[in-house]
Amino acid sequence: MLTVVVFLPAAVAVLLLAIPRIPDRLCPHVWVAAAALDVVLVGWLWWRYADEEAGGGIAFEARLDWIPTVEAGYHVGVDGVSLPLIAMSAVLFLACAVWSVRERQRPRTYAALFLFLQTVCLGAFAALDLILFFVFFDLSIVAMYFVIAGWGHGDRRRSALKFFLYTFLGSLALLVGFIGLFLGADERTFDMVALAADPPLRDSPLAAGLVLLAIGLGLAIKTPVFPFHTWLPDAHTDAPAPGSAILAGVLLKLGTYGFARIAMPMLPEAWERWAMVVVIVGVVSAIWGALVALAQTDAKRMIAYTSVNHMGYVLLALGAVGLAGQADTDAGAVAAVGAIVQMVSHGLLTGALFLLSGVLWTRGRTHEFSQWGGLARPAPVFAACLAVAAFGALGLPGLSGFIAEFQIFAGAIQAAPVPAIIAVSGIVITAGLFLLALQRLLTGDTAIPARVPVRAGAGARRFDDGDGDDGGEDRGRSENRTGPMPDLSRWEVGAVVPLLALSVLIGVAPRALLNVVEPAATTLASVFGG
Amino acid sequence: MPAAESSVLAMLVLLPAAAGTALLVAGRHADRAAGSVAAAATITVTGLAVVAADIRPAVSAPFVRTVDSGAFALAVDGLSAAMLVMLGLTSLAVVAFGTVDLPADAARARFFGFLLLFVAAMSVTVTATTLPALLLGWEVMGAMSYALIGFHWRTPGTVRAGTTAFVTTRSADTGLYIAAGAVLAGSGTLGLDALSGMDNGWRHVAAAGILVAAFGKSAQLPFSGWLSAAMQGPSPVSALLHSATMVAAGGYLLLRALPLLEITAWAATTTAWVGAVTALVLGAVACAQSDLKQALAASTAAQIGFVVLAAGAGASAGGLGHLLAHAGVKAGLFVAVGAWLTALGTSGSAGQRGAGRRYPAMGTAAALGCAVLAGVPPLGLWATKDEVLAGVDGAALHITALAAGVLAAVYAGRILATVLGPPSPAGALHTEEPGTLRVPGGAVAVATGLIVGAGGLGVVAVPAVADAVKDLLDAPGEPAPSASMMVLSGALAVGALTATLARPRRITELDRTVLARWAALPRLLSARPVAAVARFAAAVDDHGIDRAARRVGAGVRRLAGRIGAADGAADRLVHDVAGSVQLAATTAATGDVTRVDRVVRGVASTLRAIGESARRPQSGLLHQYYATAAAGLGALFLLLLVVR
Repeated sequence: MLTVVVFLPAAVAVLLLAIPRIPDRLCPHVWVAAAALDVVLVGWLWWRYADEEAGGGIAFEARLDWIPTVEAGYHVGVDGVSLPLIAMSAVLFLACAVWSVRERQRPRTYAALFLFLQTVCLGAFAALDLILFFVFFDLSIVAMYFVIAGWGHGDRRRSALKFFLYTFLGSLALLVGFIGLFLGADERTFDMVALAADPPLRDSPLAAGLVLLAIGLGLAIKTPVFPFHTWLPDAHTDAPAPGSAILAGVLLKLGTYGFARIAMPMLPEAWERWAMVVVIVGVVSAIWGALVALAQTDAKRMIAYTSVNHMGYVLLALGAVGLAGQADTDAGAVAAVGAIVQMVSHGLLTGALFLLSGVLWTRGRTHEFSQWGGLARPAPVFAACLAVAAFGALGLPGLSGFIAEFQIFAGAIQAAPVPAIIAVSGIVITAGLFLLALQRLLTGDTAIPARVPVRAGAGARRFDDGDGDDGGEDRGRSENRTGPMPDLSRWEVGAVVPLLALSVLIGVAPRALLNVVEPAATTLASVFGG
Repeated sequence: MPAAESSVLAMLVLLPAAAGTALLVAGRHADRAAGSVAAAATITVTGLAVVAADIRPAVSAPFVRTVDSGAFALAVDGLSAAMLVMLGLTSLAVVAFGTVDLPADAARARFFGFLLLFVAAMSVTVTATTLPALLLGWEVMGAMSYALIGFHWRTPGTVRAGTTAFVTTRSADTGLYIAAGAVLAGSGTLGLDALSGMDNGWRHVAAAGILVAAFGKSAQLPFSGWLSAAMQGPSPVSALLHSATMVAAGGYLLLRALPLLEITAWAATTTAWVGAVTALVLGAVACAQSDLKQALAASTAAQIGFVVLAAGAGASAGGLGHLLAHAGVKAGLFVAVGAWLTALGTSGSAGQRGAGRRYPAMGTAAALGCAVLAGVPPLGLWATKDEVLAGVDGAALHITALAAGVLAAVYAGRILATVLGPPSPAGALHTEEPGTLRVPGGAVAVATGLIVGAGGLGVVAVPAVADAVKDLLDAPGEPAPSASMMVLSGALAVGALTATLARPRRITELDRTVLARWAALPRLLSARPVAAVARFAAAVDDHGIDRAARRVGAGVRRLAGRIGAADGAADRLVHDVAGSVQLAATTAATGDVTRVDRVVRGVASTLRAIGESARRPQSGLLHQYYATAAAGLGALFLLLLVVR
C-alpha cells in the first residue's frame, strides 16, 4: 500500500509522457487528480496506522531484495516520524498541483516532473534502507534542478547549478557516511532498522565521529544550516513558486529528517558527544537566518532566510535531545516532538508563504518590497491569507508553529539553557520581520509595479509546445484583465487556504498529529536514556 | 468535574472565540450584524462569568501528553473569578460604546471580530492553570492588540504602532517561554502551581522569565514606550486595552505568581521597586502630556505600577482591588475622551478644553473619574492604594509610592482642569478628523456606569469588605492599612488635586521637558540597532560566506579545467595511436588485402571510437564533470564493497 502511495505519482508521470493524446491543457488536471488520489491514500494510511503498527512503531512495511551482495534492499515503512512528513508532503504537492493548473509553459513536462519529484520525496521519507534513501535523496536534487532551470526566472540557470552542485556535494558526503555505517556494522547491512537496533561503531569513537561528520555535513547542506545555507536564497528567488514551496516545504525536511532517522538512532554515542555542536549550529542558524531575513529587500529571499531560522530550531531541539539523554528523557521527548512538528508546520506555512509570493510574481514580475504597497485595498483575500501565514510562521498560538516552537523551547532549556534562551530571542526577530513585511506589502499607498504582460488570459488557450522557456517573456494577452492587482483566483485560494486551514487545525487540535508523533519521538529520545 | 460545570468555562472561552472568528470570516457582509453579535456574546460572557465565579469550574484540552500538566487547562479560583466578571462587564461596556462610536461605514465585522477574540484570549489568560494555556491566551491577546491598534490601517502610522506594540510585548513574552522551559526542567511538569514548588536554581530562571513577561505586557519600565504608540488605535480599543486586558494581564500574572515571589526574595524586591518607580516616572510623564489620550495612557502604566508594587509587597487583595478599580475608571475615562474625540475631532487639550462644559453629562462622569484617579476619599483608587501601601515594607519604597500617589492627583487635576476649563475656540476643533459634534447618550451611560462602579470600590476601605476580598483570594493574613495612613494619603491627594486645579498653568511648563516625550522611553524600543546588525549580517552573508562558497566552486572549476586539459591530451594520444595504426593498416592493405587487414581496420575503428567516447564527457559543462566524477566515485565504492 505504501509502495502504491510512493509510486503512483511516478506512474502517472510516465502515463503523461507516454500518451501524447492527452491534450497539454488537461495535463495539470491529471496532475491534480493524481496528487489528490495520493492524498486520499495517505489519509487512509493515517487512519489505519494505529492498527497496523504492531508495537515497534513501523507500519506498512514492504521488503524486496535489490542488491543482495551489500544487503541493500527495497525496504519501506512508516512510523510516527515519517508518516506526518509523508502526509504533509502529499498535501503540499497537491497544493502545488492546484496552484499550477494555469501553468501554460510546457505543462506536460512540468506536471510529469513534479509527479516524479513527489515519488522521490515520498520515497525518501518511506525508505528504510540507506541506499534506497540515498537514491531518492539524489533524484530529488536532480528533479529540482530541472524545475528551477526549466521554469524559474531571473538568473535561473546559475541558481539551479549552484543548488545542484552544493547539494550534490552534500549527498556525496552523505554517501561516504553511509558506507562508513555499512563498514562499521557488525552485520554488513544498509538496512536502517537493523542499523538502529544494533548501532555500528559503538567501540570506536573516532570512527563514529568521522562518520557522523560526513553524514552531518551532507544533511547540514541540505537542511541547510549556517554556514552552508547560501545556495538557498538564490535557488528560492529564481525558482517558480511551486518549486520554492516544494524545495522549502519538502526537500529541506529531507535534511532534518535524516538527522532524526539516521544520524541520531544509528550513531547515538557520537550524537550525544557532539550534541552541543549541533545545538550551537542550530542556534547560530536560527539567529543568523532571522537577522539576515530581517535585512532583505526582496520578499521571497526573506521567506527563504526564515527557513534557515526555522530549521535552526529543529537542530536545536534534536541536539538538545542528545544532551537531555544524560539527565531527563521527558524533556528530551518534548523537544523531539517539537522538532518533528516543526518540520510539518514549516512545510505547510512556508509552502503557503512561497505560493503567496508567487502571487506577486504573476502580477508584477518582482518580489521587491519597494515595488509593492497597500495591497490590502485591491486584494483583501490575498492580504488575509498572507497575514494568517505570517502570524503562523512567527509562532502565534492557534497555528501549528506555536505547537512546534513551544515544545522545542520548553524541551531544550533544561539540556542547553543558554543556547535555548538565545534562540528564543529569534522569535522576536521573526515577529518583527514578518510584521514589517505585512506593513510594507499590505499597507500604505497602493503601489503595483508596471507589469510586463502576464501569461494568463487569452494566450492561455494557445498550445505551447515547449520552446518558450523564457520566464520573463510572454506571449499572452493582458488587456482582458480587469484590474491592476486582481485578488487571488479560485485556484490560488484552493491551493493556499487548505494549507493554512491544516496549520490552524494543528494549532487548535494538536492531538490528531501528536498522537502519531509522540510515541515515535519518545522512542527517539529514549535512545539517549543514559 | 461534572460536564455541565466544565462546559460553562468552555463556553466562556469558545463562544466569543467562535463568534469573533465567524465575524472575521464573514467579513464585510456581517458589518451590520456585528454590533449585535458582539453585544450578545459579551452579555453571555458576563453571565457565564458570574456563574463561573459561583461554581468554580475547570476544563482542559489535551496538548503535551508526555509530561504532567501539559494540557491546555483552565480553572476558576477567587482571583480569576474576579478578573472574569470584571472582563465581562468592561468588554460589554466597550462593545456598547463601540457600536455608537464607530462610523457607520467602518469595517465593524473586523473590529468586533478581533475584539471578541481579544476577550476570549484574556479569559484564557486569567483562568489558565498550565503554562501552555497561559502562553496561548497571552500571545493571542498580543496579536489581537496588534490587529486592533492597526484597525484603521489606511491611516499612516497605525500599523507601525501595532507592530511596535506587538514586537515590544513579544520580546517580553520570551520570558514566558523561558519560564515554561524552566518549570519543565525544574519540576517535570508544565503546571502553574509548580512555580512555587521548585526548590532548585530553575525557580530563579522561571521567576526572571515571569517578571520580564509581566513587565512587558503591563508597560512597566523599561517597556512602557509601546503604550504611547498604541494610542493610534480606535478609542474603544484603548478603553479595553488599558483596563481589563493587555496591561491588566501583566499585573494579574504577578498576582498569580505571588507564591513564587514570596519564596524568591530578589524577585519580590525587584517587582516592588519596578512597580513603584514606574508609578513615579510614568506619573510624571502623565503630568507632562498635553494630549488627553496620551495622559491617560501614561497614567495607565503608572496605576498598574501600584498593582505590580502590590504583587512585590505581597498585598494581593490591594493589588486586585486596585486592578479592578483602575480598570473601571480608566475604561470610563477613555470612553469619555473617545466620545469627545469623535464629537470634536481632536484629542489635543487645545480642542478638548471645556469639552466637559459643552457636554455636561459626560463632563460630570469625567470629573468623577478624575477624582477617582486622583485618589480622593472615599472613592475606589484611594481605598485600594492604601490596601497596597499597607503591605509595603521599607521607608524608601513607601515614600516613592506616596510620591507617585501625589503625581496621580496632579495629572488627574490637569485633565480635570482641561475638560472643565473655558471652551476652546472653534479653530482648535476638527484637527484630526471631522467631528460629529454629538455625544451619544449611550456613551454617557457607559462611561458613567464604569466610573461609578470604580468609585464604588471605595467600600474596600471598610475593613469587613477588605477581609471579604482577602477571603476570596485565600489570603486572610494580609495587613490592613491604619486609619492615619488612610487620612494621610487622602489628604495628600486632595491637596495635590486642589493645588493643581488652582494653578493649572504651572504644570504645563512640564510640556517642554523630556517628560513630554515619555522620558525618551519609546527610543529604548527603537529597532534601529537590530536593523543595523541585520544589515551587517546580510552583507556578511552575501559577500563573506557566499563568496567563500563560490570561491571553492571556482577552485573546483579550475581543477576540472586542468583535468579537462589532461583529458584532452590523453584523447589526442589515443587519436594519434589510432591514426598511426590506421596508417599501418593502410600500408599493409596495399600489400595484402586479407583477414589481417580487416582485423587491423577493426582495431583502428574501435580505438577511434574509444577516442571519440573519451572526448564526449569533455563538454565543458561543470556539472557533467561533476556528475561523472560522482558516479565514478560511487561506482568505486560499490566495487570496493563487492570485492570485500
